[in-house]
Formats: sequence, C-alpha cells, structure tokens
Amino acid sequence: MNQLLKLADFSVSFATPRGNLHAVRGVDLVVAKGESIGIVGESGSGKTVLSRATMGLMPSTATCTGLVEFNGVPLSNLSRAEVRNYWGTGMAMIFQDPLTSLNPVRRIGSQLMEGLIVRLGMPKKQAQARAVELLERVRIPDPYAAMKKYPGELSGGMRQRIVIAIAIACTPELLFADEPTTALDVTVQAQVLELLAELRQEINMTMILVTHDLGVVAGQTDRVVVMYAGEIVETAATKDLFANMKMPYTEALMKSIPRLDQSSGQRLRVITGRLPDPTSPEPGCSFAPRCEYATDKCRAEKPPLVTTQTGHQYRCFFPIGGSL
Amino acid sequence: MKKVQPFVRRLGQVCLVLIGATFLVSVLIRQLPGDVAVMINPAASLNERAALRQELGLDRNYFSAYWLWLSQILQGDFGFFIFGGKVLPVLKTAIPPTLQLIFYTQIVALSIAIPLGITSAYRQGARFDRFTSTMLFSLSSIPNFGIGLILSLLIGVKIGILPPSGYRPISDGFLQHYRLMVLPVMTLAIAPISTYTRLLRAEMIAALREDYVLLAMSKGLSDRRILLRHVLRPSCTTLMTSAALSMGGLIGGALVIEIIFVIPGMGTQLAKAIGTREFIAIQTFVTFIALFYVTFNSVVDILIGVVDPRTRNRRA
Ligand SMILES: Nc1ncnc2c1ncn2[C@@H]1O[C@H](COP(=O)(O)OP(=O)(O)OP(=O)(O)O)[C@@H](O)[C@H]1O
Ligand code: SF4
Ligand SMILES: [Mg+2]
Repeated sequence: MNQLLKLADFSVSFATPRGNLHAVRGVDLVVAKGESIGIVGESGSGKTVLSRATMGLMPSTATCTGLVEFNGVPLSNLSRAEVRNYWGTGMAMIFQDPLTSLNPVRRIGSQLMEGLIVRLGMPKKQAQARAVELLERVRIPDPYAAMKKYPGELSGGMRQRIVIAIAIACTPELLFADEPTTALDVTVQAQVLELLAELRQEINMTMILVTHDLGVVAGQTDRVVVMYAGEIVETAATKDLFANMKMPYTEALMKSIPRLDQSSGQRLRVITGRLPDPTSPEPGCSFAPRCEYATDKCRAEKPPLVTTQTGHQYRCFFPIGGSL
Repeated sequence: MKKVQPFVRRLGQVCLVLIGATFLVSVLIRQLPGDVAVMINPAASLNERAALRQELGLDRNYFSAYWLWLSQILQGDFGFFIFGGKVLPVLKTAIPPTLQLIFYTQIVALSIAIPLGITSAYRQGARFDRFTSTMLFSLSSIPNFGIGLILSLLIGVKIGILPPSGYRPISDGFLQHYRLMVLPVMTLAIAPISTYTRLLRAEMIAALREDYVLLAMSKGLSDRRILLRHVLRPSCTTLMTSAALSMGGLIGGALVIEIIFVIPGMGTQLAKAIGTREFIAIQTFVTFIALFYVTFNSVVDILIGVVDPRTRNRRA
C-alpha cells in the first residue's frame, strides 16, 4: 500500500503559565492512501491538537517535535509559508462546530470560491460553476440561492455541509474531520457521516476522523487509533478492535457509548476519574489511577507499545484477554 | 413594510433628540448671569428694559419661549443677533470649516488607526505593538488644546513649515486650504486614533481566535488575505460604532480647536455668541451641532447594517 502520511515520535507541547503542557506525546502513525482512520479518546486526550499539529495549524505557543511526512515530504522541516502550500490542496480540515467555523459576515459563495480562486487560480466564472457543483454534491437544496446567503441564515446541518464543501473544494488528498457531527442533531449526524463516506469513495480521499464516540468510528473507519493523555494507547483494524480490544481504557470508552436500546432516561456511563495533569507527567501507566486492573507495576513502570502479529498495538502490561 | 418601520422609528428618535437638546439649551441659556436688556442698552430706564425684554420674548416662560423659537426655525427663520444682523449668513460661513475639520479628522484617524490596529493585532506583544500602544497612550493623555498649542508653536512658529493658524476655504485653492488644516486635524485626530487603534486591535485579536479564521487558514490563504478579508471585516462593526460615539467628543474638540487655530467655524461663532448672550443664535448653532451628531450616527448605523449581516438579522 502507498503511504500518504507518516508521523514519527511526534510530540506537541504548549508553553503555559503553569509550565509546559504536553498535549501530544511520542506519536508514531502511518496512514496509507485511501485509508479511513478513526482517532478516539476522551475530551482533552489530544485528538484535536494531534490533527491540527499534523497540518501545522498551531499557535505560536506550541512547540512540535518529531517527524511529519506527507507524500514523502518532511513537512516538519519546511517553513510555515511552504507548509501552507499543502493546506486546502493537500490536506484540509472540517471543524467541530459549524456555527462558528464559517465567517459570519461573508457570503457562502465567496467563502466557497475563495480557495478555488486563490489556490487553484480559477477564473471567477469557473469558480462559480464549480462552487455550485460542490454545493450540489453536498446536497444543498438550492445552490444558487445558498451562494448568496450568509451563514446566519442557514441551519447547523446545512452549515456543516458547506464546511465540508469548502474542505473538499480543492480535492485534498487527506481530510481531517474533527468531530464533524458532535454539534449536530442525531438524524443530521447520520446524514453528514453518510455524506462523508460517499465523498471519500468518490474522490478516493484519505480521511482521519476524530471523535470521542466509538460508535461513530465503527461504521466509518478501517482502522482505529485510541488516544489517552496525548499518547496512542491502542490501534487496530476497526473490526479487530471491536472484537478483541486489549486496553482497559478502550473497554471503558466502549462502555460509555450511548445505545439506542437503552431507555432514554438512563445516564451515560462516564469513565470515573480524570485525565492526568498534562503539565506534570507521572511515571508509570498514565491510565493507572483510573484502571480497575492496575497493579504496583503499572504505577511504577511505563508500559511500552506492543505490536502483535496482526498489527494490533496496545500499551498495557495486563491486556484484556491476555497477551498473545 | 418591514423596511419602513425601523426608518420611521429612527426618524422619530432623531426628532426627539433634537427637540430635547435644543430645549435643554434654551433653558440653560436663561441661567447665564447678566441681563441681556442691560447689555444692549446700559442707560435704559426700567420701563424701557421691560419693553425690550418683552420684544425679545425674555418675559415668557421656558415653554412659551422655546415654542416661539421652534415655530420660527421650522418656518425657515433662523433668528437674528440682538446686536444686529441675521443668524443665517453667519451660519452659512461657519458650517463648512467645522464640518471639514470633523470630516478630515475622521478620515485621517481611520486611515492611520486601521493599519496600526491590524499590525498591532498581527504582531501582538511584539516590539511594534508595545511601542504603538505606549506612544498612543501617552499622546492621548494630553488634552487636545494642549496638543494644539504645542503643534501650533512648534511646527507653525518655531519650525515654520506650516502656517500656525488661520483658515481659507477650498475655493481659495486646495493647497492653501489643506496647508492650514494639517495642524488642527492632527491635533484633533490623536484621541480618536488612539481609541480606534486600541479597539481594533482588541477586536481583531479576539477574531483571530475564532474557528472561522482557522478554517480560512486551513484553505491555505496568506496571512495578509486572512487579516484583511476575514478578520478586519467582522471587527469593523465595533470600529464604526466607536467612530459614531466619538463624534460627540470630536465636535466638542473641534469647537475648542477652532478657537486656538483661529478658524471661523461654529466653535468660534458659538463662543462669541455665548460671550454676548446672543441667546437666539446660540440656540440655532446648538441645533445644527446636534443635527450633525444625529445625522452622522444614523448614517453609521445604516452602514453597519450593510457591512455586518449579523446586525441586520438581529434587528429584523
Ligand atoms: N492552544 C492551547 N494552549 C494550551 N493548551 C492547549 C491548547 N490547545 C489544547 N490544549 C491542551 O491540550 C490538551 C489536549 O486538547 P485537545 O483539544 O487536543 O483534546 P481533544 O482530545 O480534542 O478533546 P475534545 O474531545 O474535548 O475536543 C488539553 O489538555 C488542552 O487543554
Ligand atoms: S498498564 Fe496497568 S494500569 Fe495501565 S492500562 Fe494496563 S492494566 Fe491498567
Ligand atoms: Mg477536540
């Protein structure tokens, strides 16, 4: 398979008043062309930082170390202006909240055409035609009318479709979708996910889908990466993961999926305890304080990332179902 | 129908403001010490004085006196000077210099503050940003008549590259006109430059943290394009509101600055009229000053609606 993205020992930290905050720690990841990867983990586990930092979309308070290689080009060695050439055309991103990710004072049409005109150098007429085509593709009912509207005049679901249209406008090879459905109604969520899956097939786009919902991941991805406290703690092919999860943390996440068969009044089961303080990492397994299987060894020593023959990786001394 | 209503409401508000302001002034003028009748004719007898006061309407109560003035001005009669002459011709020569002064000041202030604000926000915390904010803060803490006097003395008299004071209408030639306007406009512009720059900087820093800026960045646009197309525009609403609000201070400042730079505008005329208790003229001048203020505010309100669709939705 053809390798599109490679991260090696990739770390991101922020300078904060309380000291260095380690948001992403030593991530190794290879993404093949056409693959769909899910990144899951609780709120604060570093999913957003990992995806934004991979693109290079980081504030000046962030320090990134390690290697990011895109199509064989080490982006981590390039200047910001050079990396920018990959944005939109090589990699694009969909953000969580469609209500805040469109500019409220500019018309949909101009926001959609901007990338086409500036990045691809299309003449205005052609960009207009392409924009209408894109809006049709994301199933906006009346594309011509929508072009003239301001974001405030559209519903959340419509706006997320437009955000998607903007992201795919310059046919990027890699699309990051950072919780693209979290802010939407359940029925709209399903539609948007379906749309993403369709587009991915049509233009053979590689996708990295960030979510804290394992349920979303199940239907949409080939492979899952589970993050905890800035680290990858488990990765496996999606089917393999659901059939045979190794990490106690993944199991706990699994139990927190809301199910349709549960009565609606029932509370979501949340994992007890909190993420460790990212400014002062402790020795040992970072999940130990919350893990029901934790032993003294877990608290003293850091478990390494183990890879099985099937390519299943996990970071635990006492994996569920025993080590192979 | 929907579009007419706010307009009518606005017009109603404008009228109310104008009536309120002029009535207040008419009451206040009466509180000035000194009897106008005595000033006109110090040798007049008691009877003569009473007759004079009746003639000028000074014996009426506040409401009746105000009504007299209002009904006249509505009929296009701008009143007369007690010491002789009509108000209208004076008004005609006094309005242009004042309006020019205010207009130029706003233009200069905005065209300096916008680039300063954008650059400060973009280079937040860097040397340029710190230097600009310290500089503007120190300058804006000097009262503007102080700045006016310093500039007039330093640049006008000592260095002598610009005339220290005076006024020429545009019809005397552009160069003549603008050379005289440079110092007073610089003086007046310092306070609004400082306000606008600080405001725009804060607004743009807030806007730079918005998700839509991140989305714009992720399209691969240049920083310049993002600042100008995506960040400046939503931040402009506040800037325009501030420009409208600072109008009151600017008019007040212009009136004072005119006196320092010997510009025969509304300020100079108003000062003269107050000195001689020309109560009819004062009231007419004040009406026009209030009129400038509300007109400018209304225009800005409409412009904000054009620039920022969010406010349109809010109002609908
Ligand atoms: N700009 C920043 N400056 C400082 N710390 C940051 C910054 N952005 C993120 N962090 C920190 O990095 C850590 C990881 O955050 P991140 O947003 O990646 O989590 P997440 O997994 O995306 O969570 P969520 O599911 O809530 O989106 C958090 O501790 C967060 O506080
Ligand atoms: S290493 Fe120990 S503490 Fe960590 S997840 Fe495994 S069992 Fe739990
Ligand atoms: Mg996130």
